[in-house]
Amino acid sequence: MADPKQSARPLSPHLTVYRWQITAISSILTRITGNALLASFVLGVWWLFAAASGPEYFDFVNGILTCWVGDIIMTLSVLGIWYHFLAGLRHLYYDAGKGLDIPTAEKLGWACVIGSVVLTILTIVIV
Amino acid sequence: MVELVLPKNSKIKVGKTWPKPEGATNVRKFQIYRWNPDDGKNPQIDTYFVDMDTCGPMILDALIKIKNEIDPTLTFRRSCREGICGSCAMNVGGVNTLACIYGMDEVKGDVKIYPLPHMEVVKDLIPDLTHFYAQHASIMPWLETKTNRPAKEWKQSIEDRKKLDGLYECVMCASCSTSCPSYWWNSDKYLGPAALLHAYRWIIDSRDEATGERLDDLEDPFKLYRCHTIMNCAKTCPKGLNPAEAISHIKKMMVERAV
Repeated sequence: MADPKQSARPLSPHLTVYRWQITAISSILTRITGNALLASFVLGVWWLFAAASGPEYFDFVNGILTCWVGDIIMTLSVLGIWYHFLAGLRHLYYDAGKGLDIPTAEKLGWACVIGSVVLTILTIVIV
Repeated sequence: MVELVLPKNSKIKVGKTWPKPEGATNVRKFQIYRWNPDDGKNPQIDTYFVDMDTCGPMILDALIKIKNEIDPTLTFRRSCREGICGSCAMNVGGVNTLACIYGMDEVKGDVKIYPLPHMEVVKDLIPDLTHFYAQHASIMPWLETKTNRPAKEWKQSIEDRKKLDGLYECVMCASCSTSCPSYWWNSDKYLGPAALLHAYRWIIDSRDEATGERLDDLEDPFKLYRCHTIMNCAKTCPKGLNPAEAISHIKKMMVERAV
């Protein structure tokens, strides 16, 4: 059967053809927010470090983090924290062997996405 | 390993557009993945037009019609045409399913058909399932017993038998495993939803006496724990089974036996 003249078998398409499911989106978002938050925490530590090292350096770092670019990054970080928090709760629920039927899992996925947006808006309004 | 882009020999080209059936008024467009091992070319998407007025209701009906009336070289697996043999698993309209039990009306717009995702293609819509079957064999898909064989048969209570519902129905079509991104990236080491569902089917069988050994075998960073509850498996299963839930039960048993 193995004919040496035959060309090497191709790999069938995957990501580009598979339709995105809410359960898959909410899963990959957990990983993306987790990694992005690492970067945000570095910024946060930088800010604290600047506060400890003196007023001039603090003004410089504080200026960067509170300009409009900084505001966007920090707002997205809040969104990321809320999302990651909700997705973490969902993982606990899953680990208990619950909520794994498709209708519930899809609702939980949407709950994480919508919930994180709502909580972010609430956070911005309150803070 | 995560490789988002297809290798060079797998990039898909635009293929041939076959003529429309003459005199047909109710025509539907099919875009189908083609690859021929003998011509040295890259895979391509061929376009076919099928007369819906003279075609059966299922995706497989259209494929057979194309093969019979338009292009006899179109290659795919099929056998039972009633969702029990698992042969005609493929990616239809972006999800994996059995072509024989997937209705044409379940797809919106043009019908796009690819082989099961992230698999080596043998020809057209036929993926190589050798490794997939080997993984199934590795979970010992049979009853393991240590006590002496009973005079008549291994008995099971009605309650214990019920635990196998939702598991024994799997026809090993590979739709679930090939829908799983975790399996795409780590199929060399991760067993995937189908094999793990079968593993659980034997783990919770009250007659089986190798539960410990079965769990020992799965206690591995990759074999079991690459499931990240992405849930594409349960969503796509043409038989309506839930491999993700079975995997979660195995994980729970792992914890329960450790504490």
